[in-house]
Amino acid sequence: MSAQNLVESTLNSNLAVVDEICAAGEPWVKVVKKDQVFRIVDLEGNQAVDTLFYNANDALERYSATDTIRRQNKLYLTAGSRLYSNFGNIMLTIVVDTCGRHDTVGGACAAESNTVRYALEKYPMHSCRDNFLHALAHDPICEHLGMSKRDIPSNINFFMNVPVSEEGGLDFADGVSAPGKYVEMQAEMDVVVLISNCPQLNNPCNAYNPTPIRLLIWDDPNNMTFD
Amino acid sequence: MNQPSAFLWKENIPGGCHWSGIVRRGVTLRLVDVTGGANAAVLFFNQEEKLERYNMADTLKTQHTFRLTKGHACHSDMGRIFCCITEDTSGWNDTVCGMSDAELIRLKYGIGRYQELRNEMFRSGLDGMLIELGKWGLGMRDVVSNINFFSKVTANSSGELEFHAGNSKAGDHVDLSFEMDTLMVLSAAPHPLDPAETYHPGAVSLAAFATPPAAITECMRIAENVRGLQNTQRLYTCGGAA
Repeated sequence: MSAQNLVESTLNSNLAVVDEICAAGEPWVKVVKKDQVFRIVDLEGNQAVDTLFYNANDALERYSATDTIRRQNKLYLTAGSRLYSNFGNIMLTIVVDTCGRHDTVGGACAAESNTVRYALEKYPMHSCRDNFLHALAHDPICEHLGMSKRDIPSNINFFMNVPVSEEGGLDFADGVSAPGKYVEMQAEMDVVVLISNCPQLNNPCNAYNPTPIRLLIWDDPNNMTFD
Repeated sequence: MNQPSAFLWKENIPGGCHWSGIVRRGVTLRLVDVTGGANAAVLFFNQEEKLERYNMADTLKTQHTFRLTKGHACHSDMGRIFCCITEDTSGWNDTVCGMSDAELIRLKYGIGRYQELRNEMFRSGLDGMLIELGKWGLGMRDVVSNINFFSKVTANSSGELEFHAGNSKAGDHVDLSFEMDTLMVLSAAPHPLDPAETYHPGAVSLAAFATPPAAITECMRIAENVRGLQNTQRLYTCGGAA
């Protein structure tokens, strides 16, 4: 991996307007308003966080892996990366990243893909797509936007390491993350965050031990009054 | 090398233009880069249930590959295989760069309207895709990460991308041997990273033929593809006498 300037955040968790724990293997949905800062903390290390973003007013506009990749000519995400929508708008910008690299192509695990990747008998195992569909079926924010499986595109995997070789190989490698690593992004529009805290047990993306994550939101730090 | 004894049908898609159609299982579709440097942005949907669609991540991770070429299969998000790539003379097809849109075409090539240029007008990859999707009741919600046949994009160790101009020569072709009844949608506008300064996307021709016996043998060397094909065969299992 290339050298990174892994700058620490100056935000104080006591001032966060949202500070929640998402248990291992569970979904999480929240609105992040324009200019708010959103942080995901990999509490115990090597935990893949499958994440999607939607325009909070219209889910037709959503995070686009291909726009994010081709508009920045870059396969991995880190501080400075912009997360583009399928309409070419910047949804969020990553402002702090103590991990250094996040995946854009590994996608989300699903019951069906588990049967292909591992064995037909793996179908009943819990998966990220089950989390996404559970959230779409139960969360009032998703329901209000009329979201369905059609609205699930390629996702980001925060803290996940999927190195691609120049020859075109691709691997799920041991994580580059560690306990307490975090990524922070500022919203450029009102967005819905849809997360599956990945329950995959069949590969090293979660070090074979899915663990909880912490999620924090701050109001616009430029308009905050500090002590 | 697939040696078709006869073609069932042929179609020419001029550069920049778009096409969609149902391709039945058992049919192989040959995509030919007519003049070299073409790009064919393609998405696949299950003809019976169009919520089932091509899935970039599942295709790449099941086969541990970033590029697609001969011996790989194109997977759906439901654990099935739309088609196997049974021939590929250019050797690399891009999986992550998506499509050019109207803004990119205008910024890169200028304005090319129908009024002045007639059918030589500048079309974008995304607009062509949306027009074809619209014919089947689909739209922007159904635009997911697509394959760009004939285009080679590599990533270095830090993830920076490089577009390899000249990857595909005149006559290069890709054979897709279909295992599902598939809605295939194709847009032949320029690849978003193509550095060409003028708008001259290459034509793509299609030729369909009956899939030769044993054509997919190479794809079945990958254990994941064998399981994907098992899932696919279940979809078409019928009751009663065989």
